[in-house]
Amino acid sequence: MSPQTTPIADSTQDLELSERILAPDGTRQKNPDLDPFVADVDAEQLRALLRDMIILRRIDAEGVALQRQGQLGLWAPCQGQEAAQIGTARALDPIDFVFPSYRETGVIYARGAQPGDFVRVWRGEEGAPFDPAEMRVAPLQIIIGAQTLHAVGYAMGIKHEKAPEVAVTYFGDGATSQGDVNEAMVFAASYQAPVVFVCQNNHWAISEPVAVQSQYPIAGRAPGFGIPSLRVDGNDVLACMAAMRWALAHARAGKGPAFIEAVTYRMGPHTTSDDPTRYRDPAELEAWRTRDPIARLEAHLRASGELSDAHVAAAQADADTMAREMRAACLGMVTRDPLAVFDNVYAEPHCGIDRQRDEYAAYVSSLEEA
Amino acid sequence: MTEITLGKALNAGLRKAMSDDEKVVLMGEDIGKLGGVFRITDGLLGEFGAARVIDTPLAESGIVGTAVGLAYRGYRPVVEIQFDGFVYPAFDQIVSQVAKLHFRTQGRVKMPITIRIPWAGGIGAAEHHSESPEAYFVHTAGLRVITVSNPQDAYRCLQQAIASDDPVIFFEPKRLYHHKGEVDLSASLADAPPMGVARVLREGSDATIITYGAMVSTALDAASAAEDDGLSLEVIDLRSISPVDYDTVAASVRRTGRVVVAHEASREAGVAAEVIASITERCFEYLESPPLRVTGHDIPYPPAKLEKFHLPDLDRILDAVDRVLDRPNSLTGAES
Repeated sequence: MSPQTTPIADSTQDLELSERILAPDGTRQKNPDLDPFVADVDAEQLRALLRDMIILRRIDAEGVALQRQGQLGLWAPCQGQEAAQIGTARALDPIDFVFPSYRETGVIYARGAQPGDFVRVWRGEEGAPFDPAEMRVAPLQIIIGAQTLHAVGYAMGIKHEKAPEVAVTYFGDGATSQGDVNEAMVFAASYQAPVVFVCQNNHWAISEPVAVQSQYPIAGRAPGFGIPSLRVDGNDVLACMAAMRWALAHARAGKGPAFIEAVTYRMGPHTTSDDPTRYRDPAELEAWRTRDPIARLEAHLRASGELSDAHVAAAQADADTMAREMRAACLGMVTRDPLAVFDNVYAEPHCGIDRQRDEYAAYVSSLEEA
Repeated sequence: MTEITLGKALNAGLRKAMSDDEKVVLMGEDIGKLGGVFRITDGLLGEFGAARVIDTPLAESGIVGTAVGLAYRGYRPVVEIQFDGFVYPAFDQIVSQVAKLHFRTQGRVKMPITIRIPWAGGIGAAEHHSESPEAYFVHTAGLRVITVSNPQDAYRCLQQAIASDDPVIFFEPKRLYHHKGEVDLSASLADAPPMGVARVLREGSDATIITYGAMVSTALDAASAAEDDGLSLEVIDLRSISPVDYDTVAASVRRTGRVVVAHEASREAGVAAEVIASITERCFEYLESPPLRVTGHDIPYPPAKLEKFHLPDLDRILDAVDRVLDRPNSLTGAES
């Protein structure tokens, strides 16, 4: 392949190399590979996906607001990635197990996270926001890419038991530079583990553009590990859902791992501590605004006469309710007793930690007496 | 009782643990057909199959990281890191994931992973094959760190580590793999002391030598030599270096009043420093002299031809004993 024809991973030109079903203006395109996977998706389901994305954008906005008001220490916005997260996560079965990164607000929403679950970790109350066994989602992972190996190990267990489940892991374009992600693909391919890798290429790893991580489309790497891959328009919720259904069917059929690169864009900062105006061209942001995943699906539904103002108003009312509940849950959180920091460091009695707990308990009670 | 090597005892311990619990799976490089470079997993592939004795790609972070995923699914992975100096690529998965997940999830996710590491020097090995990284793991909350010094403990403690719901770093002194000892293979774990309990191997009244792993035999040799010189030394094998059994340690120090702590690892911020600090906190008024450390030097592990100058030997231990007893020693000279 000559340098001229080798696509790079960060320019608008290679966006055209990703698969889509809905054009940026909402027009439905034919896609012989993906269409069969979403043939059953009717207008009602499309409206539900739209509602999900509207609620997710509201959750995200509320998270930012709560951080700005001093109620959260940090928030990692996902605005712009609604289609990539909702489209893939809504394709999952309840039995599947997800290993997400910290930005997967939409994925945990789709898995049934409760209002407080979105903020508990960022408020500094607990290390994990929900019961992993109940939601079948691992705690949000902050170490970049570490969770991909956990998903593969989990999938090795699934395979050992010949169970019908699939393990799914989400990570960003920056994570593909990590050794763990590459090791995860080696292990997944070697053991033919039923795991789906979902890379949300949002084009920026804090201030590093994706070209620093990859000089080749990220999905193009997976075949080198022996893993089939799909590169989809990550702002096209139907394409994301179709890709995920393809990957899940592949893994569930015993054909081993699959890889999806959802080409999307992080519209906001990396986190509320970041200032993207220092490193990002405003023109790039504006160009991506025309590819908005919510506006795209809304345009499609309106053009086909399947969406009324009342539908949109109802979804926005649901989003407002979610935001209110999220705020109430956040402000109502009660910090645990100081001695709780000693709980669960170990699963079994531990003489060292028991002694420190006793010493600190005596100290705390001496303050109370004083 | 059967007389077997420490290596065979570990092999028997793994076999027993796998027979007792089908959720126990082994993972590591070359552990299948080869039986491990030290043959600790010899024969287990044939007995339990490739789904439970998993030959892995050469990727230490991958081995530990996939073990985390298996633990999420209810397995009890036993991971073999081929050599001590190869554990560093897996360090992030061990300290950030294995050690913390139980705490982060408020106890909802258990990480009953045992990480076996052939450990420490004295076998004339190549670079990166003789390291003593225990202090890194001792410093990490959420991990237990165990060492063994004889075949009976190896058989028992390995099974206890695998049965524990906490993650355990299990250091195997490779210098002792071929050392033989009596092992009761039929002994019930229920009747055995917990793996965290230290053992007084030899009672004495003049000073206490505290150590672990392969240094235990060096310390015992030192105590025998000192006896010829009219000294009575107590020797304690810590067995667990996180947490340390300070009840046993303090009881001894209160009797002898003098302490030497010996290990192969380098000195700065090492296990000996921690043990001595804790002894000072708990039994300062019983101490007759400042406790001393005998350790490896604060250098990268030296080339094999020079390792004998790095590893504490019988004479360096006895010199420290002389110093805590205020007898003529390397600092004061023979005449004083």
